[in-house]
Amino acid sequence: MRYPVITGVANVLAHAPGLVRHGSKPLRDLAGDPGLAGAITAHLRSYDAAVGYAPNQAYIGNRDPEALRALPRPWFNALDQGASADGAFGDFIGEAELLGLLKLCDRARLVQVDPATLGAARAGLNRRGLVSVAEMDGLVPGSDDAIVKPIGSGDAIPLWLDGRVAGSIARGHEQDEALTANVLLENLAAKSTGVLALRRLLRQVEHRLGPDDIEFVIAGSEEAVGDRYQRGGGNLAKAIAEAGGLGRATGFDVKSFCASTLYGVFNAAAMIQAGIFSRVVVVAGGSLAKLGMKYRAHVAKEMPILEDVLAGIAILVERGTDAEPCIRLDTLGLHTVATGSSQQAVVEALVMSPLAKAGYRLRDVDRYATEMHNPEVTEPAGSGDVPTGNYRLIAALGAMRGEIARDAIPAFITAHGMPGYAPTQGHIASAVCYLAHALRAMRSGKMKRALFMAKGSLFLGRMTDAADGVSFLLEA
Amino acid sequence: MDLKGKRVLVIGERDGVNAPAIEACVKSAGAEVLYAETLCFV
Repeated sequence: MRYPVITGVANVLAHAPGLVRHGSKPLRDLAGDPGLAGAITAHLRSYDAAVGYAPNQAYIGNRDPEALRALPRPWFNALDQGASADGAFGDFIGEAELLGLLKLCDRARLVQVDPATLGAARAGLNRRGLVSVAEMDGLVPGSDDAIVKPIGSGDAIPLWLDGRVAGSIARGHEQDEALTANVLLENLAAKSTGVLALRRLLRQVEHRLGPDDIEFVIAGSEEAVGDRYQRGGGNLAKAIAEAGGLGRATGFDVKSFCASTLYGVFNAAAMIQAGIFSRVVVVAGGSLAKLGMKYRAHVAKEMPILEDVLAGIAILVERGTDAEPCIRLDTLGLHTVATGSSQQAVVEALVMSPLAKAGYRLRDVDRYATEMHNPEVTEPAGSGDVPTGNYRLIAALGAMRGEIARDAIPAFITAHGMPGYAPTQGHIASAVCYLAHALRAMRSGKMKRALFMAKGSLFLGRMTDAADGVSFLLEA
Repeated sequence: MDLKGKRVLVIGERDGVNAPAIEACVKSAGAEVLYAETLCFV
């Protein structure tokens, strides 16, 4: 049986230093101490520094994640001077372009962007071939009054660019807490970067497919789009499909904290396997709430605030052909209610179980994609190196089972793991960020199979003590 | 450390030792768990 295949993946980034102060942690801290704004601004990176940052280059496909091992830390001091914002997997847009994209994706006419910023956005996005001239020409720039007055009256919040107010976003309702300007900015940031990824994916496959060939879209973003009567009602997938020009598609969102996007991939594959659709796109936009999440540690250690980018991803899943890597639906790893929360049980469920179903041992899998958070972001805040921790657990379980000698654990981690490189945007860092790299390696014959595993911290929502997780094998 | 009869507040970490695991350990040592929460730092 031939399982559904992955035929294209777009990984995009948007530089968002001006939005850092709207991230959940900075926003809360600034409310208590507005004087922090100076320290935050002083530690923001330039666009060139963010583009030249090796982990970002890895995310957009201009470097292999494995190659980061050879680079001296800290990586933010070893910028790649020749780095390009045009990635093999997708674009790394600047903040003016991002503000233009927010405006373009704003169907409710709540976003105002000044003429200079909109002009810069038009030039940048047109050059990348991601928007049409007509689309951008249809956007009306905001006057100073239209931008500043609602900010002064508390009806809107500022959108910053290079230290100045370049635009604003207004609230969607006078009383609805699900439609405040901050909530809508989060939702619109996720939509816009999802649209960016979707449009880039469509460009990758335009030689053989058009927007009308996509039948369904599944969104795995983290935001809860809705109103006061349905706070998480959704549906960002259809909003992104609309803005991507997918006239014949509909869609829905999947939710399971950071495991959402990987759930989306296996749901897409299941729909295709069932014969319902032939082509499904899984898409996820970036999480504004997580910008500057660990800014305090970065400021205290006199390093740049590294959580200054929104990530986006779009994945095309199609009916199987022998030419492309397939999603082994017969090897799904699921964290069931009975699995429990011990780390050993979680690794058993998400790693050992899929391998057992396929008849493989640990070394039969070329690469394990776990939660690929960039350790340079997490370590200063005392959160450790998340991917390495995951690899140690997998290897330790392998040692307990007699598959790996204890003294061979480090070598196993080097051979089958990789350094973390993804922005701390959980639903994208959780395994799916490696799909594009795996697809490239499998197409070139350098890789036979990879295991993708994601975990979701359901307990954070206070409805259960349980965590969650999902995994599958991708095989050439 | 003798935990017998002690009252314990448990803060676990998703990617380290989570709260249910710590709770099971300290309960088995005779402590009373007043509060337990697992945090996620990514």
